[in-house]
Amino acid sequence: MSNIKSSLYNLRVLDDLARKETSIHLVHPLTKLLTTVVFLTVVLSFGRYEIVGLLPFFFYPIVIITVAEIPLGPILKRVLLAMPFIIGIGIFNPVFDQQTMSAFGLIFSKGWVTFLSILIKSCVCVGASLLLIATTGMDSLAAALRMLKVPKIFVLQLLLTYRYIYVLIEEISHMMLAYSLRAPRQRGIHPRVWGSFVGQLILRTFDRAQRIYDSMALRNFNGEYHTGKIDKNCWKDMVYLFGWCLFFIIARTNNLPMLIGSFITKVVN
Amino acid sequence: MSYHMLEVRELNFDYPDGYEAIKNISFTIRRGESVGIIGANGAGKSTLLMLLMGVLFPKNGQVLVDEVAVSKKTLPMIRQQMGMVFQDPDDQLFMTTVYDDVAFGPRNYLLSEQEVNQRVTKALELVGISHLKDRAPFRLSGGEKRAAAIASVLSMEPDILIMDEPTSALDPKSRRRLISLLNSFEHTKIITSHDLDTIVETCSRTIVIKAGEIVAEGKTVEILTNEELLDHCGLEMPLSLQNCSICGSEKDFFTEKTKYSTTNTYGIQTIERDCRVSLVEN
Amino acid sequence: MHMADALLSPVVGGSMLAASVVVAAYSIKKTQNELDEKKIPLMGVIGAFVFAAQMINFAIPGTGSSGHIGGGMLLAILLGPYAGFLTMASILMIQALFFGDGGLLAYGSNVFNLGFFTCFVAYPLIYKWFTRKGISPKRIFWGTLISVVIGLQLGAFSLVLETLLSGKTELPFVTFLLLMQPIHLVIGIVEGLITAGVVAFVWRERPEILEKTSAGLPLGKVSMKKVLTGLSIAVVVIGGGLSWFASTDPDGLEWSVEKTGGTTELEASSSIHNVLADIQSKITFLPDYGFKTSESDNEVKATAQIEEVWPAVNTGTSVSGIVGGALTLVLAGLTGLIISLSKKRKEKATL
Repeated sequence: MSNIKSSLYNLRVLDDLARKETSIHLVHPLTKLLTTVVFLTVVLSFGRYEIVGLLPFFFYPIVIITVAEIPLGPILKRVLLAMPFIIGIGIFNPVFDQQTMSAFGLIFSKGWVTFLSILIKSCVCVGASLLLIATTGMDSLAAALRMLKVPKIFVLQLLLTYRYIYVLIEEISHMMLAYSLRAPRQRGIHPRVWGSFVGQLILRTFDRAQRIYDSMALRNFNGEYHTGKIDKNCWKDMVYLFGWCLFFIIARTNNLPMLIGSFITKVVN
Repeated sequence: MSYHMLEVRELNFDYPDGYEAIKNISFTIRRGESVGIIGANGAGKSTLLMLLMGVLFPKNGQVLVDEVAVSKKTLPMIRQQMGMVFQDPDDQLFMTTVYDDVAFGPRNYLLSEQEVNQRVTKALELVGISHLKDRAPFRLSGGEKRAAAIASVLSMEPDILIMDEPTSALDPKSRRRLISLLNSFEHTKIITSHDLDTIVETCSRTIVIKAGEIVAEGKTVEILTNEELLDHCGLEMPLSLQNCSICGSEKDFFTEKTKYSTTNTYGIQTIERDCRVSLVEN
Repeated sequence: MHMADALLSPVVGGSMLAASVVVAAYSIKKTQNELDEKKIPLMGVIGAFVFAAQMINFAIPGTGSSGHIGGGMLLAILLGPYAGFLTMASILMIQALFFGDGGLLAYGSNVFNLGFFTCFVAYPLIYKWFTRKGISPKRIFWGTLISVVIGLQLGAFSLVLETLLSGKTELPFVTFLLLMQPIHLVIGIVEGLITAGVVAFVWRERPEILEKTSAGLPLGKVSMKKVLTGLSIAVVVIGGGLSWFASTDPDGLEWSVEKTGGTTELEASSSIHNVLADIQSKITFLPDYGFKTSESDNEVKATAQIEEVWPAVNTGTSVSGIVGGALTLVLAGLTGLIISLSKKRKEKATL
């Protein structure tokens, strides 16, 4: 139950955030999509022992969050919720790689280093995906997909799915509530009604699909999906994309923290 | 331009399982007229609407829209002339923004994006929700959804508006707003509803259907005050026409008739005032 | 279970994305050719249904725990493999974007693991085989149950392979496999039972839905062959191309290594990812910024002794690393703070 409500809440929060109008929101959706993909690729191209070199990549989410005025809470919560699987897999690294290394008097296990590396990557990657949708919104992102020549049929279907998630989650949460009120002390739907509980909803969903089709057909839909005009990229978008890419490349090719660190230690000495 | 906007001739329809949903229905609707179609659950109202719109095709009989028979060939033209607002706006608002939903029809008629924009803007203004154009349909209230669904049909610039249960699931204020909106349209209107008070306030003529057949047809006030007829068809006199539940005073509808057909709201207000007086007296 | 971005290397992620795009393109062509436009809203709404249905908790008798459905097989049975695959792809897209389940780079891999194996392997080979002589409750039950289990097993196996090829974890192949397959067997049986119950219900109430799907889809050998051929070509070309690029020019992405002074002394290792010449593992680098203790040491360039990707570590580099890392984080935090402060000031100014 709480799971369903929180999912709906999560969708709503991101949808609301996407309707803001900060300078990040105004960047062309395709530009943001490409920037995010480049970001992910660069971050994931780091090897498994890398930690320090990854740190500059925190700049990207932090800058987006602040400039786009995205509240940290909901994003952080989602990032943490996506963690268990990563932790589940990553926790084996310390178990299987018990070789140690030492650094200024302390002994580190390589396994923990790789584990930490995976955690950092997971944080920034999940964060970047969430920030993409929180600053872009589903409809604009669909327009970006159209510009990437993703077929209309898929884009239309994606939008329909997104649209009706809200309707169906409501419907399921009503059904679950009605069920749980008459079946206290049950942790979930009893096996006897597995089929009919979901099956009923499927049948209703088929009927709804028929009505939606009718309402589309009455407005002369014949399988062709006509989108409105999609805005073109402008020079500002190019600057945004290339600016970030430049930063990613510099941060990838140079270990920035290491440079800063050695500079500082040199000065100190 | 013909006098009859919509003509239905001896319509019959059976469902694949053999159930006779529509039996020999004929009626005509004049240009600019508002007609209510009422009947109990399962009487065949929705099936009739589907036949009018060409979603279903009759076993025999004909539907003529502006003297053009509804057939597979004429559908694109017919559907531009007739706009149907579904009972559940969630079925009609399937895009991710209100604007795209309202633009869906015009775009399918391959109008230029400039013309699409004009039509959408006009339709949204007409129903008074211009400020919602960039909102997602799933974030709207019930009344706003209904208005958006109507706009999505108005943008096709139809001559006839067909409404299936327009006031269902609306709160009283939204319902009131919708009724005045409907009354402000000059379109030919066909409205089905269980909410007979809505019919009283929006339709001058009413057709009563029972088990797929027309059992009565006439002026709304006459039909909706015929207690025997309504009871026979599984319906009930609308509250606004019933004897006052507080003071029990009887209303002479036929002297009020002119008031009802001209200024409905005024008629209701007088009833309310009478009751308040009697409460105080008691 | 969703593949996560952090466990993938760009090469594996890219190859899987390419493979999924090929299958999706083929499915789109099929749906456009063979199906009426009525199916488009159906796919959309059923997608939303599966998304929402994944949140229903089904009580597992005798355990006190609950399970849920993934929905790949349900989609294939209700919509047919092509439309089912596309619908699964949209569901996963929304999950990746809004919930961080999987990720954008892992998107292709998830679509493949959860969509391809169910819709294009388990459905045609197992479910269709069970129901080849018509539909009956018993055939639905066994066909659904077994195809769901097999589909999930294949998906889990594929996930293990992708993770190992990416080389981000230390998990030995067999251990990982022994961990994942049994878990997915349990998940599969629960999901299989639920799905079987649902399909049986739909068949009892509205048999025409299932009959239409299975009748309308002549999944001949030719079309399957086409899919698989296209797919393997894509995988070989993309994966092979990228690996070649990676091994000749030791790094598409890490070209800086040699420039920065590290030598790429690769040690042949028996671990799978090295054998397959995966870029990351080969040339992971920590540039050697020496700890400048004295003037004379100024030009010191530590030799990178890459011993199975582990760089030589001296105290100097670690101190620089920690100091620099901490500073970077502080700097990043400060940037955020400054931006938000200046924003607030601007807001006040406009008020």
